[in-house]
Amino acid sequence: MKFNNISKAALGGVALSAVLAGAALADPAVIYDLGGKFDKSFNEAAYNGAEAWKAETGGNYLDFELQNDAQREQALRRFASQGANPIVMAGFSWNAALEAVAPEFADTNFVVIDTVVDQPNVQSIMFDEHTGSFLVGALAAMKSETGRVGFVGGMDVPLIHRFYCGYAYGARQVNPDVELTENYTGTTPAAWNDPVTAGELAKAQIDNGVDVIFAAAGGSGLGVLQAAADAGKFSIGVDSNQNYLHPGSVLTSMLKRVDNAVHTAFNEAGDDATFKPGRIDLGLADEGVDYALDEHNQDLITDEMQVQVDELKQGIIAGEIEVHDYYTDNACPL
Amino acid sequence: MSARTPLPRWADIVLLPLLNLALAFLVSGLVVLMVGENPLHAVQVIIYGAFGYGDGFGYTLYYATNFIFTGLAFAVAAHAGLFNIGGDGQAYVAGLGAIVIALALDQTHWLLAMPAAMIGAALVGGFWAFIPGYLQAKRGSHVVITTIMFNFIAAALMVYMINRVLKPATTMAPESATLAVGGRVPQLRQFFSFFGYSPVNLSIVVALLALVFVYVLVWHTKLGYALRTLGQNPSASRYAGMSNSRLIMIAMTISGALAGMVAINEVMGVQNRLVLDFVAGSGFVGIAVALMGRNHPVGILFAALLFGALYQGGQELQFVIPGVTREMIVVIQALVILFTGAMEGLFRPALERTFMLFSPEQKARAVSVSTAESES
Repeated sequence: MKFNNISKAALGGVALSAVLAGAALADPAVIYDLGGKFDKSFNEAAYNGAEAWKAETGGNYLDFELQNDAQREQALRRFASQGANPIVMAGFSWNAALEAVAPEFADTNFVVIDTVVDQPNVQSIMFDEHTGSFLVGALAAMKSETGRVGFVGGMDVPLIHRFYCGYAYGARQVNPDVELTENYTGTTPAAWNDPVTAGELAKAQIDNGVDVIFAAAGGSGLGVLQAAADAGKFSIGVDSNQNYLHPGSVLTSMLKRVDNAVHTAFNEAGDDATFKPGRIDLGLADEGVDYALDEHNQDLITDEMQVQVDELKQGIIAGEIEVHDYYTDNACPL
Repeated sequence: MSARTPLPRWADIVLLPLLNLALAFLVSGLVVLMVGENPLHAVQVIIYGAFGYGDGFGYTLYYATNFIFTGLAFAVAAHAGLFNIGGDGQAYVAGLGAIVIALALDQTHWLLAMPAAMIGAALVGGFWAFIPGYLQAKRGSHVVITTIMFNFIAAALMVYMINRVLKPATTMAPESATLAVGGRVPQLRQFFSFFGYSPVNLSIVVALLALVFVYVLVWHTKLGYALRTLGQNPSASRYAGMSNSRLIMIAMTISGALAGMVAINEVMGVQNRLVLDFVAGSGFVGIAVALMGRNHPVGILFAALLFGALYQGGQELQFVIPGVTREMIVVIQALVILFTGAMEGLFRPALERTFMLFSPEQKARAVSVSTAESES
């Protein structure tokens, strides 16, 4: 396999030998999306997964942070011709680049998170954000005393609409009369890292009577959590377990285990024996998404609430409860 | 302090930028040194990455294409005395004009689709700059403020259009449908395999033509003369019977249309679809390019190549030296912009004095000046 990659690089005319002489072969590689490695959210989760793998195995990995869309194919070819295997990509914008590059490097295994690319050497990992959000939406509606729950998204993009839609369905499931407020932090990538604006949106929602707010906003979400803690209201974290940030105020966190996905990919996808190409959906059943319960929020979630939300969880896993997926029709009919 | 003698022309347009650039690289070298890497090795990697092999050179040219368009856009407005800081937003919304026409015509041929989409992009980009131009001309709203605000309006508009109008259902990424082959601008690699996989495409020919166009427009037409008069002295242009408000609107529209050409390179040449934030800041780089190139097409060409090389070489640096992060590359690029754009006059006084000393007829005056200075 290694030799194939090397010869491919030579045949491809990629005359990089001078600068690449020192590069190790068959190290796994991860490419972060435009948000950057330390975005306190999605990309950082991928980074944490890679670091956990490194700490566990003592192996070395390559990584790259994109600066613009034109670098996608460039970075993929670069790592593939360098012999990196597997190459893990975080982000929903990889389709075009990966569809072009994957066939050129048939011996390299690719893993893409958050989008689906149909190639024999690509594994596409999707998370059921809508079902995880459904559970925290249900918890929000149970906890709310005013009957008003809020949502603060990061950038106004389809992925975040998917979070919102699941959240709204969950809240409505528990309380059909619940009032929902939906806000987005911004329309540029800066919206992922703007805790001030997100915090202002949260304050505005609280002023309107909202008492539980779900922040699906990357680094901006920290502003929402802070605003809710300051006002004595409740917030819900996202991606990683953020319960510890404001114990007593963060009701729960919607877990999306990107770190586990990267960790698993580094362990398994490099070897053709364990690599599973095709689409993999990580949902409630596989603990790809979940709600977080730990010592920081156990006082906030009563036994009743826990029983009820676990029932809903089992219902979704068993297929008895249908949660609308925004991706299927670009709409959220409530 | 007495009046200085201006620099000889060659020193003004060649020596001064080179000195600024050298200083920028020196400071960048210190930054590289601070993170514990070898600055000379870093320079070597940047130069090799930007010019050393076909793929890298292709990427340099691809970035330069964008920067030529945005640099020219800034320069045309600057000749009319307008500081168009909105090239980013104008290029961004121009993507709408490009994608709508390209999608409509992508079953035909690029020879039809490309010119049509160019007109569409120019119209939309021009319109986006016309509004601030109108507000400046008729209402006195300063164009710096309005154009930068229009960048944000453009971002909001494009997010709405891409997510809610152009995005096909079941696509997870915020992007439009993909163009069929007929709607794509041919890649240079189809003609020269030298360019490897790099995305440089025929838009670069358009960029070179745009350089010629701007040269002729600004220096060899009546309109160009009027624009320069307005830029030099609005009272004079008004006294000469020109309509300043009309000239402001025309200059901004041409500026926006030129910025809009970025959309052709990105949407039809590289991405083959409309994606979020495809401009990636090249509107702002264009300002530095134009400042460094002294608003002249030849200067803009070289400055655009330099920034293209920095972008591609910086990317290479990130691959080859893992200790250099994305943020470090932004720091290096920012230093170059700082020294060549914002502080381009740093060496001017010293250089002027030096030149006075080396020119015999001015030496006497220079000596008397410095004597007078030391006596006062």
